[in-house]
Amino acid sequence: MKKVRKDATEALAGLLTDGMTVMAGGFGLCGIPDELIDAIRASGVKNLTVISNNAGIDGVGLGKLLETRQVAKMISSYVGENKEFARQYLGGELAIEFNPQGTLAERIRAGGAGIPAFFTKTGVGTLIAEGKEVREFEGENYVMERGLFADLSIVHAWKGDTEGNLVYRKTARNFNPMMATAAKVTVAQVEHLVQPGEIDGDAVHTPGIFIKRMIHVATREKRIEQRTTRKRGEPAIPPAAV
Amino acid sequence: MAWTREQMAERAAKELRDGFYVNLGIGIPTLVSNYIPDGMSVQLQSENGMLGMGPFPFEGEEDPDLINAGKQTITELPTTSYFSSSDSFGMVRGGHINLSILGAMQVAQNGDLANWMIPGKMVKGMGGAMDLVAGVKRVVVVMEHVARNKDGSESPKLLSACDLPLTGTQVVDLVITDLGVFTIDKKGNGGMTLIELADGVTEDDIRAKTEGAFTTRLA
Repeated sequence: MKKVRKDATEALAGLLTDGMTVMAGGFGLCGIPDELIDAIRASGVKNLTVISNNAGIDGVGLGKLLETRQVAKMISSYVGENKEFARQYLGGELAIEFNPQGTLAERIRAGGAGIPAFFTKTGVGTLIAEGKEVREFEGENYVMERGLFADLSIVHAWKGDTEGNLVYRKTARNFNPMMATAAKVTVAQVEHLVQPGEIDGDAVHTPGIFIKRMIHVATREKRIEQRTTRKRGEPAIPPAAV
Repeated sequence: MAWTREQMAERAAKELRDGFYVNLGIGIPTLVSNYIPDGMSVQLQSENGMLGMGPFPFEGEEDPDLINAGKQTITELPTTSYFSSSDSFGMVRGGHINLSILGAMQVAQNGDLANWMIPGKMVKGMGGAMDLVAGVKRVVVVMEHVARNKDGSESPKLLSACDLPLTGTQVVDLVITDLGVFTIDKKGNGGMTLIELADGVTEDDIRAKTEGAFTTRLA
């Protein structure tokens, strides 16, 4: 079966229905499946539940689907960079389910691995645990979280062969590998499309079994959210994470 | 007199140990990386999927595929490894990260922490903070001792109980403010103990600005 499609529109043909749940890879604007997001926007599909760590920024990434009101609900860990998001949320037009980032990642991993629920310490005693089962293991409390499984996942990879074996690059990996496993259909966009054998089997991050359709995306300028640099001669101090 | 942001970061750096894997939050915790002692091996984790975070790139060498959890462009080191978000939080939740240094809106005397949400205002989300405080072995908070309100008044941040929504319950081990340092017996009943005073600060100064109960045992 041929997995490689001509473009994003063809790759998503027949997969989009109103009210569906879509997972979108990426962290901030790093490793986002932007061409596939553009094609979802162009399709006009609406009332989407979108599972993604962030919501893009205004006019970029998932921000484009917010502009057109195609998203009814987001499941995310942090959405602070998007003014349109804030406007729609405060106006009651958009629902949000906040998940702690690690819980979100694990819910997706679990969903893709056929695990319906798991217990975690994260969020015990907070708003996040309200209404959820809490159980004690070895004297500590854990909250039950459910696996997540979507109708469609869209992911971005650096390199892929025509079998769908994927390799991600640096921190553009983030949520993409788990999301690739956690949907009825996963569509990947790859920067470099190669023939089988050109990726060392030991180097594959996502095995092709998870990828149903894929497209080659032409090189386009990737957006940087926070451009931080140092001058030559400045001390090489590592900055910190959030 | 009180400590500056840099002095607070310098004090927090004393919690580092050779071989530690450390996650630093935004704000003052970021500055802690400036004070890693020479010869000490400390690997910084960025929870979006990287261990061994390097410095900011030189201008023109930014890589959009290489960012930290604050979405800032960074660089890699010879020790760097990359991994998925689930692997990243597996190392957090699994207790493999030695130390988390982060900011806070409020800390309670039992170690409860609030730092992600102010009801009624825009809520941005907790990101990885709930996972970090629940999973990392030792949690150090670095924050201003009081919050400065718009009308010029001050509100205490070290409290008998947090009134903001919690990030975690009984999770904080050490609090470093501009006025001093407190330990918290988060799993026992020992409460909060003042162990150090900032330069020129007295215990009475701290009592006047602290709502939570504490005992004093200065070194």
